[in-house]
Amino acid sequence: MKVSLFITCLCDTFTPEVGKDTVELLERFGCEVDFPAGQTCCGQPAYNSGYKSESIKGLKQMIKTFEQAEYVVGPSGSCVHMLKEYPKVLADEPEWAERARKLSGKTFELTQFLVDVLKVEDVGSTFTGTATYHPSCHMTRLLGVKDAPRILLENVKGLNLIDLPMKEDCCGFGGTFAVKNSHISGQMVQEKAEHIEETQADYLIGGDMGCVMNMGGRLRRNGQEVKFLHIAQVLNTQ
Amino acid sequence: MSIKIGHKPYAERIQDGLNNSFMRKAVSSAQGRFRSGRLKAAEELGDWEDWRTLGEEIRSHTMENLDYYLHQLSEQVEKRGGTVFFAETAKEANEYIQEIAKKKQAKKVVKSKSMVTEEIGLNETLEKSGCEVVESDLGEWILQLDEDPPSHIVTPALHKNKEQIRETFRKKKGYTGSDDPVELAAFAREQLRQDFLEADIGVTGCNFAVAESGAITLVTNEGNARMVTSLPDTQISVMGMERIVPTWEDLEVVVSLLTRAAVGQKLTSYITALTGTRLEDEVDGPEDFHLVIVDNGRSKILGTEFQSALHCIRCAACINACPVYRHVGGHSYGSIYPGPIGAVLTPLLDGYEDHKDLPYASTLCAACTEACPVKIPLHEHLIRHREIIVEQEKMTTTSEKIMMKGFAKWASTPAAYKLSTKMARTTLKPWTKDDYIEKGPGPMKGWTEQRDFPAPSKERFRDWYQKREQRSDH
Repeated sequence: MKVSLFITCLCDTFTPEVGKDTVELLERFGCEVDFPAGQTCCGQPAYNSGYKSESIKGLKQMIKTFEQAEYVVGPSGSCVHMLKEYPKVLADEPEWAERARKLSGKTFELTQFLVDVLKVEDVGSTFTGTATYHPSCHMTRLLGVKDAPRILLENVKGLNLIDLPMKEDCCGFGGTFAVKNSHISGQMVQEKAEHIEETQADYLIGGDMGCVMNMGGRLRRNGQEVKFLHIAQVLNTQ
Repeated sequence: MSIKIGHKPYAERIQDGLNNSFMRKAVSSAQGRFRSGRLKAAEELGDWEDWRTLGEEIRSHTMENLDYYLHQLSEQVEKRGGTVFFAETAKEANEYIQEIAKKKQAKKVVKSKSMVTEEIGLNETLEKSGCEVVESDLGEWILQLDEDPPSHIVTPALHKNKEQIRETFRKKKGYTGSDDPVELAAFAREQLRQDFLEADIGVTGCNFAVAESGAITLVTNEGNARMVTSLPDTQISVMGMERIVPTWEDLEVVVSLLTRAAVGQKLTSYITALTGTRLEDEVDGPEDFHLVIVDNGRSKILGTEFQSALHCIRCAACINACPVYRHVGGHSYGSIYPGPIGAVLTPLLDGYEDHKDLPYASTLCAACTEACPVKIPLHEHLIRHREIIVEQEKMTTTSEKIMMKGFAKWASTPAAYKLSTKMARTTLKPWTKDDYIEKGPGPMKGWTEQRDFPAPSKERFRDWYQKREQRSDH
């Protein structure tokens, strides 16, 4: 099975280790992974801020980069969902909308791909520690990936998973919201940090780098000792 | 009152909200109760998603055929002795009601809870013409005594705690009791009883009008709407023009969704249906009944991409689910319609000028869309509002425009993307310490005011990948 990795701009720039773990995980289950170098950003920051016309050129760049792929897999529910929004955004240009629809149909979030396509529920990893998992909003509500991360994490040996209180509440990231409405965002992520503290977990695990950066950044600011990881990092620990 | 409340700018309102720890505590505890109540009630009903779909279908069908059902409704109301008035604007609605009050030489008007009368500012109009207006919903009564606007569409005084309410009662009504909610409520009942008996006119809102029968239904828990609609001889019901269902059968569905989604109840204590004036062989009912159907900007939404915003059944489930509302409270929105539905509806009814910040007061987490019992895609409407604000209204700042144009160029040009991500670590080096930025420059300021920002990695993923490819080639 050939998989083209959609790394996301955040993982490319800030957490390449998440990309490495994603590649190794996919390879471990027989995928042949390639990395189309023309990829940039999914375009969400502009599109979600109302700059639809501005965002379209970038969307087309991404379509051109990935349309030859057999499968496209990315370690982020939010960015993958954005790719799936392309047909809607490009609705006024039928030819591009059609190309976007084809791309959308073969694009998956990492845990979704593992569980739904590769039919893997136990990746065979061992990770010793107590952790709590934050289910990101776009992954669960928009992409509809609710169970896959939990199934995979529950099968990790040595991992003691503690339920995060009010886990369904947004961490306050929201892309440009974190900057534009930084005061509200700060209070939201503070409440999240307090809930993380309540679990007494050593690790916070998330499936979306934007949310992990937001929560991790606040934990660090607060001087909380919780370490924060992307789910791919946990799943690829042997 | 009108849709807009207060005159403070958005940033100041938000700060007021964030600084109000009493309010925030009251809101978060109420949200907790409402959320778990809604989930429990939905589970108890079973097939919640099917019910939502049915609710959406009923609302969608009704909006598609609104002219037909409004015509049917008005015929039915008139057949049963009522008078129907279509008001295009708030002013027309107010003037009509004012005229009735004058004709009846009314001195006192009692009201049950109604958001649309808040929207059109009916109380102020009636007061100006010399009527005393008394709100009889407990929450609304508290706010009226305190001259405070509502902060929630179902529980308008949600932002107040019992100690604050006791203080209001003490100051305004000479209350001497404790802050025990039962005692507070008993005091309010006693006070209001006289008002019901003295009132010349009863004014209600309308949860849903049933087109096939001309009935106006009211969904309440306090029983005050029954008093408002049975004691005064003249009845006036005011409804937003979209608050209509075709049949009793449809009503059953939307009421089931409403009470469960709003307060987690199978049914509220009272569901009142009013059908016209007192007939000769009847012992109760009003002598005079007027139905005022208010447009006030709603018909402009029909036929647009925002039409589903008119599907709203005013349950506030989106408000109760919203993590932004949780921290800033209702008044921060500067509109009588707060929360996600408020951020969608307010610019549609009252324009972007005063409300252009509202569509951005959301992380687009979609908790609202998920909670909505009639499946309004609220977060998608917020994105569409943002597009209009940027592309049609051109209300964004120059610096944001420059930044977004830059972003677009960057995201569509792989060479620019590659170069900038390669340079990122070096560029941010002056602000970096121990691989983190604690006080960032320019656009990063908002981020680092609240949390640390990681320094870009020494080696990007694409560099690692390229090296790995080269190794495997050898």
